[in-house]
Amino acid sequence: MKKLAIGILAALAPLGAETFVIQNATVMTEGSKGIFKGSVVVKDGKIADIGEKVMVPAGATIIEAGGLYLIPGIIDCHSHIAGSGGINEGSVSVSSMVNIKDIINPDDIAIYRALAGGVTTANILHGSANSIGGQTLPLKMRWGKSAEEMIFAGATPGIKFALGENPKRSGNPQGGRGAIGAIQIQARYPATRMGVEDVIREAFNQAKAYKAEWDAYDAAVAKGEHPIRPRTDLKLQALKEVLENKRYVHVHCYRADEILMMIRAADDNGFKVRTFQHVLEGYKVAKEIKEHGAGASTFSDWWAYKIEAIDAIPFNAALMAKKGIVVSLNSDDAELMRHLNTEAGKAMKYGGMNETEALAMVTINPAIQLGIDKTVGSIEVGKDADLVLYDGYPMSDFAKVTKVWIDGTQYFDRDKEVAAQAAKDAEKQQLLEKERSAQRPPSNRRPNQ
Amino acid sequence: MKKLLVFSFLWCCAYALAEGPSTIAITNAKIVTVSGQVYSKGTVVLKDGLIAAVGDNVVVPPDAWVVAGEGMTVYPGLIDAMSTVGIPGAAAAAGGGRGGRGGGGQAQTAAPAAQAVPAERAWGPEDRPQTTSWLLAADELQAGDKRVETVRSSGITTAVTYPTRGIFAGQGSVIDLVTGEKPADMVLVPSVGQYISMSGGRGFGGGFPSSLMGIISYVRQLYLDANHYKLVKDAYSQNPRGMQRPQYDRALEGLMASPRFLLPANQTVEIDRMLRFGAELKAISPVPQGMILYGAREAYAPEAVELLKKANVPVLLSLRWPAPPARSADGDESNETLRTLIERDKAPSAPAALAKVGVRFALYSDGTDAPRDFQRAVKKAIDAGLSREDALRALTVWPAEIYGISDRVGSIEKGKIANLVVTKGEIFDDRTQIVMVFVDGRKYTPEPPAMGGRGGPATEEPGAGGNQ
Repeated sequence: MKKLAIGILAALAPLGAETFVIQNATVMTEGSKGIFKGSVVVKDGKIADIGEKVMVPAGATIIEAGGLYLIPGIIDCHSHIAGSGGINEGSVSVSSMVNIKDIINPDDIAIYRALAGGVTTANILHGSANSIGGQTLPLKMRWGKSAEEMIFAGATPGIKFALGENPKRSGNPQGGRGAIGAIQIQARYPATRMGVEDVIREAFNQAKAYKAEWDAYDAAVAKGEHPIRPRTDLKLQALKEVLENKRYVHVHCYRADEILMMIRAADDNGFKVRTFQHVLEGYKVAKEIKEHGAGASTFSDWWAYKIEAIDAIPFNAALMAKKGIVVSLNSDDAELMRHLNTEAGKAMKYGGMNETEALAMVTINPAIQLGIDKTVGSIEVGKDADLVLYDGYPMSDFAKVTKVWIDGTQYFDRDKEVAAQAAKDAEKQQLLEKERSAQRPPSNRRPNQ
Repeated sequence: MKKLLVFSFLWCCAYALAEGPSTIAITNAKIVTVSGQVYSKGTVVLKDGLIAAVGDNVVVPPDAWVVAGEGMTVYPGLIDAMSTVGIPGAAAAAGGGRGGRGGGGQAQTAAPAAQAVPAERAWGPEDRPQTTSWLLAADELQAGDKRVETVRSSGITTAVTYPTRGIFAGQGSVIDLVTGEKPADMVLVPSVGQYISMSGGRGFGGGFPSSLMGIISYVRQLYLDANHYKLVKDAYSQNPRGMQRPQYDRALEGLMASPRFLLPANQTVEIDRMLRFGAELKAISPVPQGMILYGAREAYAPEAVELLKKANVPVLLSLRWPAPPARSADGDESNETLRTLIERDKAPSAPAALAKVGVRFALYSDGTDAPRDFQRAVKKAIDAGLSREDALRALTVWPAEIYGISDRVGSIEKGKIANLVVTKGEIFDDRTQIVMVFVDGRKYTPEPPAMGGRGGPATEEPGAGGNQ
């Protein structure tokens, strides 16, 4: 029994980073080396060497891939998993004071499931209930680690904006319908697309005034003066960081007109949109998105689920890519997140991307969009050893993830997971039985007085 | 019927004696002082509400009323480290299943200010949503709260009672559970800490904040505002000429008047999150503040124990152990996760786990403060490995230390407040009978045991009851 328990622990706990060589793999690098058959050497959590023929470091573990496919860890540019207590602070139209970082939940089973689908990094976004939403950040799917340990170190944090039906509350523009407890729901500005633009512009007017106040204070302090420090406003502080290029703006959007509006509003206020998210009509304004320098993170073939998504086409990703935009495919969903590999595959069907271009949309392209392409997104020497081994062609429906490493540490092993299932079931049954026997009514109850 | 009459009679006597003798001696009893030795046949003398003497060679003063303590054991009065007793509107420990801290379901009665959270929709932190940080439990006490007697019958003589509605609910007070005319008679320490809840959000459409991250952000903003408020106020008091006066903000005043803050955390993830958040708040706070975590249901997990040990933050551990849901007739429990089952199995072992590594903790009733519930809940922790001695400490001297009141309560020592429990049998045992309770030197006879079953399962978050 004890042995069994130890066995379970060993199967669940990620093995530490070690030196190993995955050999005889079909490596889709998404980097300069393209696709090759050979080996990848991992040391100290980094990719130490790749090639048809490599030197095996002393004491390295050999992992025989048997010709199977190795790809860089998948990166999801739009996810809402791994949070506690809701991902929408929907009460206000500017909720930039809230931060996903405060509510990271490393216990969310969706992390493990994403991992089992080959995802090693995900951009955890605030919801789309507000014109300007909360602060966001990318996480690595280090299942079993603490909240802090999941944070993608060094990555630029982000903020979510949203346009269109969600922030204008198309379902309930006037408010007043229904009530929560004793509280009547009150209408929340804005109720139109015009209003969404106004909220964003007004917020940046305030942010600029706030920034000026702080800049004046900082300048005075630098001169040796002792002015009274201005109030720290968490809402405006996040927007100040946007103006200072310290925080990426990820904009939820659908229609071409609102995309153009957002570009104008950003240009007028002197900041850049880092990515347009969903961006289902991006193909109509690809030139303008490209000129602004934004990336586009879209769905493969998910559309018509609401009016503003009616003009979507599955060729969107390919068309935008052909205009030179860095395009990624995202999940926005814990289930879809488990098979982003096949989402990438759809880019080959719709729009004729080759396999490298298609796989890039869930690996190196989202890495570029999130500003983390120096360390992840492709299998190249010096990058983090975030690797996924498939038992078949990665963009096929039939391919299964067999092993996943992050920073050279193995976090998922399909065989071990399957083998551990029986022990978990047994433990569960044992606990249930224990509870049932404890619940049988006690016989020594004292009579009531 | 006869029994009832006898009981009523005894109860009346107890009541009459409440203002009774000023000097009392309990003789020839086993005395468990907690701070010092156990006297197998000792005497403790109470005078004017204080412990005048304790030992095995104590002279009984000639004016003392004597309790012949043969066959009885005397313990220090128990301390409930977190309660709502004495604030009738703030909680409903007997509230069918929902119970929990600040229970009472959705009831929005008008009475005490403790639950009068502003109902207007908040549009941001500036509206100070769900905030009554200035409320003092001591000011909300109602001498007629019937729960005082119930709780006291469990052997609890002292409670740290809190307003619990809202995010910044208000400041807790240490009270002695005397039955008197004036609530002020109960108060030991008017303010010991600010009760912060993470479940005060009103949900989608209900105003700011509506999510956990909104609440966290709001708490952080209020601390930042307090910091700035103090800065500006100090500058103004130094030289008001030519300076606009800072606007009075009672939410910030209440926050700064709190010597500690209490954060809720049940799961390991929450413990980790709140320990980091608390450290952040301490750094921002313009006044020195202590920090306490409450809840700690998963404190049996080695990771949680490790975190708490490292952080050196005192913990209030809820005695409301998680209970299984009502089983369906066919007994299908397959939808419960292994994790939930483990939690239910292991939760009562958390006190033992913390005691083992020396994390400072106290047990609190969390609504299980009726005699039978309370005794069962503590016994569960003992059955799960907590030593009897530590169980007693976690309800006497440890909470006293956590709140900085061990110089007056928590053990039987000369000069301390005369709060005692007199039992037949070892305290927390199934068959043990609490014979008398002394609070401030006044003798009370416990009310007959209630008809059990007041506990109900643990709420998802500490403090979640009634705030959702």
